[in-house]
Amino acid sequence: MQRATMDLWVGLFVMAGIGALLVLALKVGNLGTYSANDSYQVTGNFENIGGLKVRAPVKSAGVVVGRVTDIQFSTETYDALVIMNIDTRYKFPKDTFASILTSGLIGEQYIGLAAGGDEATLKDGDTIMKTNSALVLEEMIGKFLFNKASEGGSNENSGKN
Amino acid sequence: MPRRIVTGIQSVGHRVIDSIWRLGYASRFFLLTLIKSGTSLHRFTLVIRELYFTGVQSLIIILVSGLFVGMVLGLQGFETLQRYGAESAVGTMVALSLLRELGPVVSALLFASRAGSAITAEIGLMKATEQLAAMEMMAVDPIARVVAPRFWAGVISMPLLAALFSAIGIYGGYLVAVVLIGVDEGSFWSQMQSAVDFRYDVVNGIIKTCVFGVAVTAIAVFEGYDAAPTAEGVSGATTRTVVTSSLAILGLDFILTSFMFRGMG
Repeated sequence: MQRATMDLWVGLFVMAGIGALLVLALKVGNLGTYSANDSYQVTGNFENIGGLKVRAPVKSAGVVVGRVTDIQFSTETYDALVIMNIDTRYKFPKDTFASILTSGLIGEQYIGLAAGGDEATLKDGDTIMKTNSALVLEEMIGKFLFNKASEGGSNENSGKN
Repeated sequence: MPRRIVTGIQSVGHRVIDSIWRLGYASRFFLLTLIKSGTSLHRFTLVIRELYFTGVQSLIIILVSGLFVGMVLGLQGFETLQRYGAESAVGTMVALSLLRELGPVVSALLFASRAGSAITAEIGLMKATEQLAAMEMMAVDPIARVVAPRFWAGVISMPLLAALFSAIGIYGGYLVAVVLIGVDEGSFWSQMQSAVDFRYDVVNGIIKTCVFGVAVTAIAVFEGYDAAPTAEGVSGATTRTVVTSSLAILGLDFILTSFMFRGMG
């Protein structure tokens, strides 16, 4: 075989391989959704994070605005510290409400941000004051059973949680 | 009777010592290949010629089997996920299983039997027909001239072939799940994109294929160089290449997976 033809085929092969890598990175992976924009870091203290994991999305109104970058445990408050990076394009008021939600019944957990009414916005290094823990199914079932039991015992307590 | 036991133990010990000796020789040979690969990187046309034989000529089998593996994954994934009403997650399943495991492992196994055996047979026959000895007579180092270009061509083409395998497999899964069965196209791609992480899934898969590429081609060139210079020796070496490198791929895959994906969600 001619050397030029061989070079051509090898060149095509290498190009196809690199093209496949690009497809895997951009179309299949999430590299395409990573924006080149800068982000700012905010921290949230949660009583219980449930099954939240690093890299989980931070959403507001269903739109992904950032990602969880780190989860730590604070020995001072015995809370979970969730550090998230939020895209600088999105400004949130200082009294934004962060809660850990689940997408679907058995889906992954994410942080939902609900904007408040404050004039000042969250800046890099700020802490979100208002948080809402993850719903732990076992606790809910436990509460439900407890309510049922107390309902059976005395009917006047049924409205109490 | 005791005499037979003694010979039995002797033969076991002989085999163990022999395999340890071969392992040492193989490691020394691998190091020698790395040291002497300067020439092949200098004269890159040598590597390009081998890239044609190991890479380009393996394309057909890699692409066809990738397509079918992806299609089967799409079909089986749909059958199972449908029971839980999660058939839109079929894209995630196809992509993750291809990127993390099936793409690297199956393409490396195919590569070992398609290209690894050819490398062994070629070098073994060169040795049997005393071409390697003739090169040494002409003061041409056969490791630098014959072994190193084949080694580097294998190492370069393996990740590219595996990426092609995974990419075409995902499109095979798309073909079955979206085009034939009718899973929603938007959720197929978007669920896949939200579940597949570039760093954890794609890059780890590429690291795997690089390791497999080094292992397969190192085994192939060593078996060829070490083959007994007879027809029988070459055929035995070719078989050993396929068997040893397949076992090496599966063993290495377990080790790498336990390092890479431990505790991953």
